[in-house]
Amino acid sequence: MNSQPGTAQPEPQGPIKAGANVALFVTCLVDLFRPSVGFAAVKLLEEAGCRVSVPDSQTCCGQPAYNSGDRKTAVDIARQTIAAFEGFDFVVAPSGSCGGMIKHHYPQLLGDDAQWGPRAEKLAARTYELTQFLAEQCGRTDFGAALAANCTYHDSCSSLREMKVKAAPRDLLKNVAGLTLTEMEETDACCGFGGTFCIKFPDVSNSMAARKVETIAATGADLLLAGDLGCLMNLAGKMKRDGSTVQVRHVAEVLAGMTDEPAIGEERTS
Amino acid sequence: MSLVPTSNAFKENATGALQDKPLQEALGIARHHSIQTRLNTVAKMPEFETLRDIGRDLKNHIIANLDTYLLQFEQSVTTRGGKVHWCPDGDSARAKVLEICRSVNAKTVTKGKTMIGEEIGINDFLFANGIEPVETDLGEYIIQLRGETPSHIIGPALHVTKEQVEETFREAHTDLDPARNLEDPASLMAEAREKLRAGFLKADVGITGANFLIADEGATTIVTNEGNGDLTQTLPRIHIVLASIEKVVPSLKDAMTLLRILARSATGQEQSVYTTFSSGPRRPTDLDGPEEFHVVLIDNGRSAYLGSDLEEMLRCIRCGACLDHCPVYHSVGGHAYGWVYSGPIGSLLTPMLVGVENAKPLPNASTLCGRCESVCPVRIPIPKLLRNWREREFARAITPQMERSGLWFWAFMAKRPLLYRLVTRIGARALFNLAGQQGRLRSAPLAAGWTKHRDLPASQGRTFHEQWKARKSQAGKGARS
Repeated sequence: MNSQPGTAQPEPQGPIKAGANVALFVTCLVDLFRPSVGFAAVKLLEEAGCRVSVPDSQTCCGQPAYNSGDRKTAVDIARQTIAAFEGFDFVVAPSGSCGGMIKHHYPQLLGDDAQWGPRAEKLAARTYELTQFLAEQCGRTDFGAALAANCTYHDSCSSLREMKVKAAPRDLLKNVAGLTLTEMEETDACCGFGGTFCIKFPDVSNSMAARKVETIAATGADLLLAGDLGCLMNLAGKMKRDGSTVQVRHVAEVLAGMTDEPAIGEERTS
Repeated sequence: MSLVPTSNAFKENATGALQDKPLQEALGIARHHSIQTRLNTVAKMPEFETLRDIGRDLKNHIIANLDTYLLQFEQSVTTRGGKVHWCPDGDSARAKVLEICRSVNAKTVTKGKTMIGEEIGINDFLFANGIEPVETDLGEYIIQLRGETPSHIIGPALHVTKEQVEETFREAHTDLDPARNLEDPASLMAEAREKLRAGFLKADVGITGANFLIADEGATTIVTNEGNGDLTQTLPRIHIVLASIEKVVPSLKDAMTLLRILARSATGQEQSVYTTFSSGPRRPTDLDGPEEFHVVLIDNGRSAYLGSDLEEMLRCIRCGACLDHCPVYHSVGGHAYGWVYSGPIGSLLTPMLVGVENAKPLPNASTLCGRCESVCPVRIPIPKLLRNWREREFARAITPQMERSGLWFWAFMAKRPLLYRLVTRIGARALFNLAGQQGRLRSAPLAAGWTKHRDLPASQGRTFHEQWKARKSQAGKGARS
């Protein structure tokens, strides 16, 4: 995604002091489709000793505009988000994609802006993906959760390549009692979501998802986890359409022990 | 004369490719092979990542000083008795090649693999002018017989299965004994070799590409695995090198630096089987070599991008690693991209070379997953550059109106948090109610693209922000009581 210079700044080193003010970037998909992921994130952050706020004026990180070439709208939304979040010690998102947008792309979008550029840089330096923040900044990998399941973990492209998140979710999942993790082949391959890509190129996207689903099935796992709802909705939607019984959840739900809600795309029991 | 792009039909091309069983089989084999071989080779070289940095910096330096090095290259070639021909576009390059061929009344031209040759459509042009071009690279030879274009920068026949190659040979080689076994790659290779040898000997002109042009030596370099390039450039009377301007490097040492990352990235080899340097025509004491040595130096629109937000694409050394690691390429192969270059780098180069209006879907045909950038030997930030193309498309209103309207509507709300809350509240309830007990939708309004192949997971009923607000006000009441 990017490895551009210019975003490097000394970042706060963990473990953080208890009582840090953390602003949750809920993400538009979690807000609309799966609030339970947001509440799981809040629970984990509070257990790690953070004070969690949810800034009111957040909407979306702006990626739909940014990735469609509408730079002006992306800049407007970046400014709105920066203004909403800059008063906090940390910004945490249950998504590598939105986290990557704030951390890596806001500074690029606003690089030439004398007023907003430095503000974007400052915010970027304090922005983390959820599992990364818990494991690396809070120094917490055990939240006492338990779940009897055999899971496999999908690395979302932005978590892996933009946010450099690889070990954190696995370290956290190791401490979930009863849970085993079986890695799939090509964990670094895209699932075919890609934001609006999956709607613009449905056939290509479907073929990419099909390959991913094959590698998931090959692990024998009964549970697919990831840290980005976009990938999860794509893969859950594909697997449900194909009649797969693999359940799909955001990693935060499992870590927080909040698996009462039906899995993504699963029938309601009540 | 060069290939007419069908890149605007990427979507239709892709759908066809997805239904092409032999293609899908070939792509699957290639994918497994190429990713693993690169990984194995890179693992043996601790300094590989550092070399990528050096490669990037070197190419940046060259691009910033392109004029200097090209002039130096011309000077050095001339000193060695060769000639450099400056060609601003495909037309002038084709005309120059034809002029050189006609100067010796050439009937047959052998060719090593050259992507710039494909770019300017040299084969069709020579053929139309009564000169027979014979491809000598096995992959190129196969697709020439099949009347196809390359589907991969370094593996032009990547899309062809070995069964299809056998079929093609049996059809084209009319003297072939029907009992002859052609089931394995080695026997196919032997059959092609037999035919090609004859071509080498009767050719008047040999045309190759160049991986690098070495400024201080006045030499050109090619890497091959079959040795066909060596025969192409040493046997005929005239050797023509076709090369684009960004291929120049300052010195032999710099070429060696790039060679160290090229083969490893391209084929997972530590080095290609043949790395050949050509410097000028045969000298009186040389035992062999061509009588004339020409370098046709082609710009074809590249220099217009120097200093632009897309300049970094000129760092490309044509290894094909981005294709090998691209999930979109893995799905559809090279031909779907509709022109000479395919995969992630094709989506950057094609709009430059044929005009973005003739390649509209290409910059968008990517999830921006970044796997290409993670393997590019010269660290081209491909997703960033694809986005830059998208920005140009948006600015020129090339982006489809439907998409622009959708974006406008979404942005209108996203910039108004209160309105956004209201609309998402309604949306969450609607999605929840529509799905009912099922928890997912097989179809939904405005979501045909999504539900064509997948269900749409339902929402949980109330948005996070709605629930959070309720929870806060509950907590507030609790604190007061």
